[in-house]
Amino acid sequence: MIRIANLEFRYREGEFQLRVPELDVARGETVAVVGPSGCGKTTLLNLIAGISLPGCGRVLTNGVEVSGLDDPARRDFRVQHVGLVFQEFELLEHLSVLDNILLPYRISPALQLDPSVRERAVALAGRVGIGDKLGRYATRLSQGERQRAAVCRALIAQPELLLADEPTGNLDPANKGRVLEILFDFAKGSGATLLTVTHDHDVVEHFDRIIDFKTFYGSAAAR
Amino acid sequence: MRDTLYLAWRYLRYHRIKTAILIASITLIIYLPVGLNVLVGQSAAELTARAEATPLLVGARGSALELVLNSLYFEADSPEQMRYAEVSRVANSGLADPIPLYVRFRSREYPIVGTTLEYFDFRKLRFASGRAMAVLGECVLGARAAHALKVGPGDSIVSSPESVFDLVGSYPLRMKVVGVLEPSYTADDLAVFADLKTVWVIEGLGHGHQDLASPEADSAVLAREGNTITANAAVVQYNEITSENIESFHFHGDLAQHPISALFAVPHDDKSQVLLMGRYQGKDEPSQIVRPRDVMNELLETILTVRSYVVAAILIVALATLATAALVFLLSLRLRRREIMTMVKIGGSRSSIASLLLSEIVVVLASGVVLAGGLTLLTGRFGSAAIRTFLLS
Repeated sequence: MIRIANLEFRYREGEFQLRVPELDVARGETVAVVGPSGCGKTTLLNLIAGISLPGCGRVLTNGVEVSGLDDPARRDFRVQHVGLVFQEFELLEHLSVLDNILLPYRISPALQLDPSVRERAVALAGRVGIGDKLGRYATRLSQGERQRAAVCRALIAQPELLLADEPTGNLDPANKGRVLEILFDFAKGSGATLLTVTHDHDVVEHFDRIIDFKTFYGSAAAR
Repeated sequence: MRDTLYLAWRYLRYHRIKTAILIASITLIIYLPVGLNVLVGQSAAELTARAEATPLLVGARGSALELVLNSLYFEADSPEQMRYAEVSRVANSGLADPIPLYVRFRSREYPIVGTTLEYFDFRKLRFASGRAMAVLGECVLGARAAHALKVGPGDSIVSSPESVFDLVGSYPLRMKVVGVLEPSYTADDLAVFADLKTVWVIEGLGHGHQDLASPEADSAVLAREGNTITANAAVVQYNEITSENIESFHFHGDLAQHPISALFAVPHDDKSQVLLMGRYQGKDEPSQIVRPRDVMNELLETILTVRSYVVAAILIVALATLATAALVFLLSLRLRRREIMTMVKIGGSRSSIASLLLSEIVVVLASGVVLAGGLTLLTGRFGSAAIRTFLLS
């Protein structure tokens, strides 16, 4: 599902440098990426999703060399194949929960919004326990409900790859467990690959594989 | 596109106060110059309509504008007076029909217009109640004057003295209201119409008093020498003309020398108009003849020049407001950077995101334009009535 070879990335400003000689993640595999803050975990997710481009090396996602695509193609690829969950939820305050879930369909011509998608959104929201809050503004939800809405938005296009950047970082233990359960249920149910960046050592045991960014890559991943 | 507009609508709706302020600003900066233009145009039309309907105006030499404002709108000070003989002069010319006017006195704040019955036909005035004045001492009221004074046919009104300090001036005359006109939404609505002679009585040029030949008037007689009777100050003068005393009212001197303020000359045809105008072009001519339309157009040119300065000032303010609105939008883009980045990360297309932001601007601008258009239409629809009310007040 994900194949990285000789990847090097450096921001235009600053001295941060990310090097990943090799990384393979199989289809359907659930992987937790752990490591200290600032070691490049989020950057790695951005590179896999095609949000950032590597200086050199290759990133193949779902068999597609994302870094070789132009910007519009990368956006289309992302909205069709990759689901993203952010630590800060990143819900749009002026949209209702339902509109937030349907957002990928409204901002990309690569996806077509039809009644079946709406039904799927309602079903997803019901499954994660926010089915009765679809008409509310996102700002009116609790932290746990917001993250569940954000997860629904990531799942709505039925992605083959789910990238989650510390999805439980702002949640209490009860909500933490619930969000993880939803992510795992989806991954197992659809055969999607789940790659999660986390600081939380309590949750990593649920994953098929744990990549400790610091030790796994040794000196390869360095600042 | 539908999704883009939907998202734009949701954003504007959520930030409804900010949106309302932006729309109101844009509405105002569009409406102010356009609406002002419409209003000034309508004001000009209202002002000139009466002038257009008055072909020629004859008055004593002096300010043509004062003459027009006094004769057509019953505003401004009374112009220099001319003699009633001028009416005969125009009539005898065979070129036009004269309608005399004497606008000098008032009943409270309402001008008393001394004229003849032809005036009502000339201005196409119709009676809401009662009839036209028929004998000395009767008057007809314009609709608004009657409403404001709360009088109708059968009631009376009193002329106001020109100056309360003028002890030797004429006494107020009580006039009988015999008719009320339908509203015409012109200066006629605020006028009190009376026969020319009635106004001369108000001025003191005609009067009625007790019969000095009767024995009851002995105490008011100073001396009797043949047919000449000299009265003292005790003689009873009438300040109301009734059927009992109307016979005693009389005018001293030659009526042709009595004053009027102006006369409308209604020429029989274009040629008559030109000929009549020519007759007033002499250097020693004590009277002037003007076309009210020309005088009002001259006045309006001045007003229109002022308008262009006002519009220019508004446009500068509009540019400043637009620049501020653009700044607000650019700042909001910075504030929305995170929201935009979220859409980019999710995979929103560049065109969709740009369209979304553009749609928000277009919706705000379009709303402002539509509202300004609506206000301008309303101004066009009701502006005339508002102007009439304003002008008449």
